[in-house]
Amino acid sequence: MWKFILRRLLVMIPQLFLLSIIVFMMAKAMPGDALSGQEINPRANPAELDRIREELGLNDPWYQQYIRWASNAVQGDFGVSYTHKTPVMDVIEDRLWNTVFLALVTLIFTYMLAIPLGILSGRYNDTWVDKTVTGYSYLGFGTPIFIFALIMLFVFGFALDWFPSGGSVDSKVDEGTFAYVVSKINHLILPALSTALIATTSTIQYLRNEIIDNKIKDFVRTARSKGVPESKVYSRHILRNSFLPIAAFLGYEITGLIGGAVIIETIFSYPGLGQLFLSSVSLRDFSVVTAIVMMTGFATLLGTLLSDIILSAVDPRIRIE
Amino acid sequence: MKKAILQIENLTTSFRIGNKYHAAVDDVSFTVNENEIVAVVGESGCGKSALALSIMQLHNKQRTKSEGNINYKGQNLLKLNDVQMNKVRGKELGMIFQEPLTALNPLMTIGKQIEENLDYHTELSSAEKKNRTIELLTQVGIPYPERTYKQYPHELSGGMRQRAMISIAIACNPALVIADEPTTALDVTIQAQILDLLKDIQSRTKMGIILITHDLSVVAEVADRIVVMYAGQVVETGSVKEIFNNPLHPYTRSLLNSIPSAANEKNRLHVIEGIVPSIAKMDRIGCRFQDRIPWIPKHAHEETPRLHEVGNGHFVRCTCYKAFYFQAEGDASAHDITKIR
Ligand SMILES: Nc1ncnc2c1ncn2[C@@H]1O[C@H](COP(=O)(O)OP(=O)(O)OP(=O)(O)O)[C@@H](O)[C@H]1O
Ligand code: SF4
Ligand SMILES: [Mg+2]
Repeated sequence: MWKFILRRLLVMIPQLFLLSIIVFMMAKAMPGDALSGQEINPRANPAELDRIREELGLNDPWYQQYIRWASNAVQGDFGVSYTHKTPVMDVIEDRLWNTVFLALVTLIFTYMLAIPLGILSGRYNDTWVDKTVTGYSYLGFGTPIFIFALIMLFVFGFALDWFPSGGSVDSKVDEGTFAYVVSKINHLILPALSTALIATTSTIQYLRNEIIDNKIKDFVRTARSKGVPESKVYSRHILRNSFLPIAAFLGYEITGLIGGAVIIETIFSYPGLGQLFLSSVSLRDFSVVTAIVMMTGFATLLGTLLSDIILSAVDPRIRIE
Repeated sequence: MKKAILQIENLTTSFRIGNKYHAAVDDVSFTVNENEIVAVVGESGCGKSALALSIMQLHNKQRTKSEGNINYKGQNLLKLNDVQMNKVRGKELGMIFQEPLTALNPLMTIGKQIEENLDYHTELSSAEKKNRTIELLTQVGIPYPERTYKQYPHELSGGMRQRAMISIAIACNPALVIADEPTTALDVTIQAQILDLLKDIQSRTKMGIILITHDLSVVAEVADRIVVMYAGQVVETGSVKEIFNNPLHPYTRSLLNSIPSAANEKNRLHVIEGIVPSIAKMDRIGCRFQDRIPWIPKHAHEETPRLHEVGNGHFVRCTCYKAFYFQAEGDASAHDITKIR
């Protein structure tokens, strides 16, 4: 098991290397650089800008720039943000945690909805309960997340004013107090719920179909032939087998949420990685953009690994050496 | 007089297909006595599994209807609700399924799956349950019971899995075990071992066994009585000796003749062509078998064939067997029904 994890981590190195080259090239291929914005400034001296470019190494050949960037990145140093004038990691850190919290709360909401609804729908399939849940699922499949999020924002953020409509915390409360935690959670609920209400529908349908498949399996009949009461037939046999692929999916799910943060964070002006990514792209803040893409890529690889580890932990048929 | 464990009387089990119910088990009656192996034989689709699952009440209730009587210890199992039936299943009646890999839960150790039976029917402590489980695994001939206890189904061979399945069925010393084609999924050599094991357990515990199979050769060695089913009905029943020495129904003969042996190597003609009609297409009047023996003259068939006692507990459906038996009498190949033409 440990060997497997180690091996998978080693395999990640070439993957990350490849990703880093692509990311770097794409960043370079984008028109302009961090100083382009200054060119239209009449007070900026073109000679001065060129001097700064030279100083920053922006005129070096790409591979030299790449090596410089990559060797620093390996040490966790993604350079200095051109717009924020601080080290990239400082810019990212708070945003990263905001995104991680948002992803976690979204995940909790997603499963809090998916598990009971999926079980009800699968266990009582083709009843009105199932039809209602399935109807909701189809609505979820068909609704674009940004439209739904905007509606949520309008209804609960503005019209009813139940939840804050932007930010990640109330600026008036002090860090470290209880009120601060409450405020953080309060800011999370609306974006998390909006994502979860849509994202959960695929998990609901997945769980439902797993249950319907599993309840006619031979081993379920064997359990009944032993006189196992119906509730235990579900909890010990049908549900355990149905949760298996869903548990294994967790890793991918986390990755998806971090990747999908762009839209939801922008709509709710939530200061997370996704929002930072968008603003950095428009400001041509390459050091931030590349750092975020690299981190997301790394998270994706970790998520895949996590899924494999979970699967081998819950399914005795899969043993990884 | 042997003590009857289970009396099945006029059992009819129908499945709902569309809006209509179709009988897969049609007016079946037979008794299983203590210390007796009753073989239920018939080809694929004749309703053997439907019968077994009716006894265990394992059919999907929304789509299935069972009528008649299944008497066990003075109560009609068909009248019990799920909670009452759960006290009978696993404890009084055990069941062994055909495909031991799919019949075992892939995520549970063998030990836990056997113990689960003890969980609901005994008051044993967990240490006692483990001891009992190890004892059961030893009884069914598993070489390293301690190890197998902790193994998962996929780690065992087919034969070992079926042994584990058997120990689940017998965990609570049931009065009756229903084995639905317990050897069909196994290699020939393993088949014999599993049958021996069943026979051995039965002679030690005095339990009754309903052994379902489509293979009459399996039956000859282990069974006491035979129930031959065709298209959901019993067409012939009697002691193994009677059925083998004096088979009357053409379907029984066909089954007997299809047993591979040196003697009928050359006579492949014995086998009756065709298949069991599907339950939705089955005739509800007249004889169900006549289509498969077209050489028998029409007038010879009974209109609604009933079971007739030939003597000695030997029953056969309808009397038309006499018609061709008579014709063939004196013939050297009296049992060769293809000659009756
Ligand atoms: N749940 C069901 N719904 C509808 N029809 C069914 C159902 N189960 C069985 N049948 C039908 O009932 C008939 C008897 O099936 P059954 O499974 O009892 O046959 P069998 O004798 O056990 O055959 P096999 O040797 O293939 O196991 C078949 O025609 C089958 O298609
Ligand atoms: S009527 Fe003839 S063909 Fe039909 S069951 Fe009776 S003996 Fe067989
Ligand atoms: Mg069957």
